[in-house]
Amino acid sequence: MRWLRYGPDAALVECESLDEMSAVRAVVVAAGLPDLVEVVPGARTVLIAARPGSTGLAQARKLVESAGLESADGGESREITIDVRYDGEDLDLVARTAGITVDEVVELHTGATYTVAFTGFAPGFGYLTGLPEPLRQSRLDTPRTRVPAGSVAIAGEFTGVYPRSSPGGWRLLGHTDAVLFDSRASRPALLAPGDRVRFRRIR
Amino acid sequence: MSRALEVVATGPLALVQDLGRPGHAHLGVPPSGALDVPALRLANRLAGNPEDAAGIEALLGGLAVTARASCTVAVTGPPVAVTVDGRPAGSHVPVHLTAGQTLTIGRPDTGLRCYLAVSGGIDVEPELGSRSRDVLAEIGPPPLEPGAVLPLGEPSGIPDGADTVTAPPNPPDLLVPVVLGPRDDWFGDAAHQLSAPWTVTSESNRVGLRLDGPALRRTDAREGAELPSEGVITGAIQVPPNGLPVVFLADHPTTGGYPVIAVVVPRALPALAQARPGTTIRFRPYA
Repeated sequence: MRWLRYGPDAALVECESLDEMSAVRAVVVAAGLPDLVEVVPGARTVLIAARPGSTGLAQARKLVESAGLESADGGESREITIDVRYDGEDLDLVARTAGITVDEVVELHTGATYTVAFTGFAPGFGYLTGLPEPLRQSRLDTPRTRVPAGSVAIAGEFTGVYPRSSPGGWRLLGHTDAVLFDSRASRPALLAPGDRVRFRRIR
Repeated sequence: MSRALEVVATGPLALVQDLGRPGHAHLGVPPSGALDVPALRLANRLAGNPEDAAGIEALLGGLAVTARASCTVAVTGPPVAVTVDGRPAGSHVPVHLTAGQTLTIGRPDTGLRCYLAVSGGIDVEPELGSRSRDVLAEIGPPPLEPGAVLPLGEPSGIPDGADTVTAPPNPPDLLVPVVLGPRDDWFGDAAHQLSAPWTVTSESNRVGLRLDGPALRRTDAREGAELPSEGVITGAIQVPPNGLPVVFLADHPTTGGYPVIAVVVPRALPALAQARPGTTIRFRPYA
């Protein structure tokens, strides 16, 4: 683990693995330090931003370095099931690439439990880890200029759901009617870092 | 009738802004908020508001509003002509409007963003604790259009009776203090490379300031390397593969996959918010 300076009031904690990153994030979030403004997980890092002039960063560092990081239990993790119609445009491509049938693609995708590792790209867009190996496939060579809201997709080691229509290069497996982000709701994002997610097939 | 303000004209882009919605980056939500924070705070003090009340950020001026109730207003940012029903009223001072009067902001000769505060504050529905319009995440009240009617809150304080407040200068050259890192080691002699003169381009917006100049070169070891997505904060200088840096401003994406070579110290951000295309920027490592 390395602590990198990120301007005068923030630090980037660089971790060896996604699991270590999740553990660091969970430890810091669970402590609820009042001087921290943002705790932003990435694929291998946690960005910690503190109130200017506060001791928030020092407190966070002490906390992380004295914590056992085996467990990534943040205490506030939720379990969410997302209903999906597996009718995505890239379903055949994904099956072909994996050398399996479309039904087997769906079984793999619905059979796993995922964890929201980090967010970004758009409000409410979670990068979910736990994707079965055969589904770990590259992005499309040519990204689509418009991916519809609710599209359930895969790319690399991640799966995710597009909260709203946007350009995108992930392979589309299907779509959901679930609302991923509503800035006026008391819980604006359906998926937050640390949450456990399963996909359920509906027809 | 409840207190309100009617938008008559907007100039190129007029947005409701307060101090933003920090604390939601882990959900993919940018901080947003006024780019020139001291200017909004000052406008609010002059109008008798708490400093965090929502006002209007008007890019290159051109904003005209008609009061539907008696109110105190103030315009800050760069020095700019302000009129009430055609008569000069001045910027950086409290101005009283009676119902029916129209305040017009001219086009500033320097700088980019003027701020209008109105007693009681713009009282549109907050989203995630803020009334700011985020142009990247598309959260908050949409860009203002002529004919829009904005509700105002109840006035809560007494305007600061500033005798003279001087508008800050907006020089054509800026020396900007930065803290190197977190990814300065991806670049050969980062401090030296950053010290080149950079020009603000017209591609800049509330997401970031896009700069032109001598492309920043990575070390041989990092040439073509991929960076796993990591968190980004306001002021981060991100370097895409073409080597031309982007300084992230308030509506920046919350994570990014290109290395951040250095971070602008917060007190230098208001000047960047006012830097017109063509402005020359030099980065100087600090501490």
